Amino acid sequence: MKHVLKLLSLLVVISALWIGLLQASIIPQSHTWLLPIYFIVSLGCYGLLMVGVGLMRFPTCPEEALLLQQDIAEAKDFLKQKGVDVGSD
Amino acid sequence: MDAAKNKYSIIVPTYNERLNIALIVYLIFKHLRDVDFEIIVVDDGSPDGTREVLKQLQDLYGEDRILLRPRAKKLGLGTAYVHGLKHASGNFVVIMDADLSHHPKYLPSFIKKQMETGASIVTGTRYVTGGGVHGWNLMRKLTSRGANVLAQTLLWPCVSDLTGSFRLYKKSVLEDVISSCVSKGYVFQMEMIVRASRKGYHIEEVPITFVDRVFGSSKLGGSEIVEYLKGLIYLMITT
Repeated sequence: MKHVLKLLSLLVVISALWIGLLQASIIPQSHTWLLPIYFIVSLGCYGLLMVGVGLMRFPTCPEEALLLQQDIAEAKDFLKQKGVDVGSD
Repeated sequence: MDAAKNKYSIIVPTYNERLNIALIVYLIFKHLRDVDFEIIVVDDGSPDGTREVLKQLQDLYGEDRILLRPRAKKLGLGTAYVHGLKHASGNFVVIMDADLSHHPKYLPSFIKKQMETGASIVTGTRYVTGGGVHGWNLMRKLTSRGANVLAQTLLWPCVSDLTGSFRLYKKSVLEDVISSCVSKGYVFQMEMIVRASRKGYHIEEVPITFVDRVFGSSKLGGSEIVEYLKGLIYLMITT
């Protein structure tokens, strides 16, 4: 099944639940009508939270740049000895 | 799987990477000492002398270890992999970038992970603990993170790093997946891993570090963002 269809069926199920809630009147109607808006807003907030948290915890590796420079120097030395042209472009 | 019988074909597409390709070849040989492998360089007609350097490397390391399979001009990444695949004699294929943002020192961890889990694909991820990025400013990190959250929400891809291109595939799996991919650029990398995930292939991840050496290059303008969104929608509809 194409992914967009999976998402649509999920949406249909959620909508069915919402309509069911409207009919059953377990929650006062005024609240039930607003549920989709609450849902979308929560989804948005969750997304922003994930972006924010991910940004704060973004893994960085400054030491890797240094290690890379060392590796490059080592490689250049070896290759130069063996006759490979490692002049910079 | 008998480890002694595994051979790894490492496909490296190049364009004007005369210096970097020599460094990468050295580092691959350094880190894969007891492994049977070959490096397939798919050069798209680089005018900077890449092929001359490769001939020197072949003299040093052997023509059976370094295969030069050039093309006439810049023809794109997807077709470069397909071209490389045709010449691959290994039962596993590694794809990696030629600009040293992908460090060969991670190759043993890819191989180990695959042997431990029997996975069909092992993909490098920059976004988990043990991995990481260097050389990205805040804006770049923000767009990357935002793009990732969006892709995770819309596609449920089962991998943490969708646009990464440092991956190990079983050769048969790569052949199968690549035949159904049509996108270009980094959307191509996303399409590959998403299609593989949909087809039910066992995918594992290993942390990698990514040192972006092209400081200050903002590869993320408005048009890139639009391309990305179009790519997401395309993947939602077709996978």
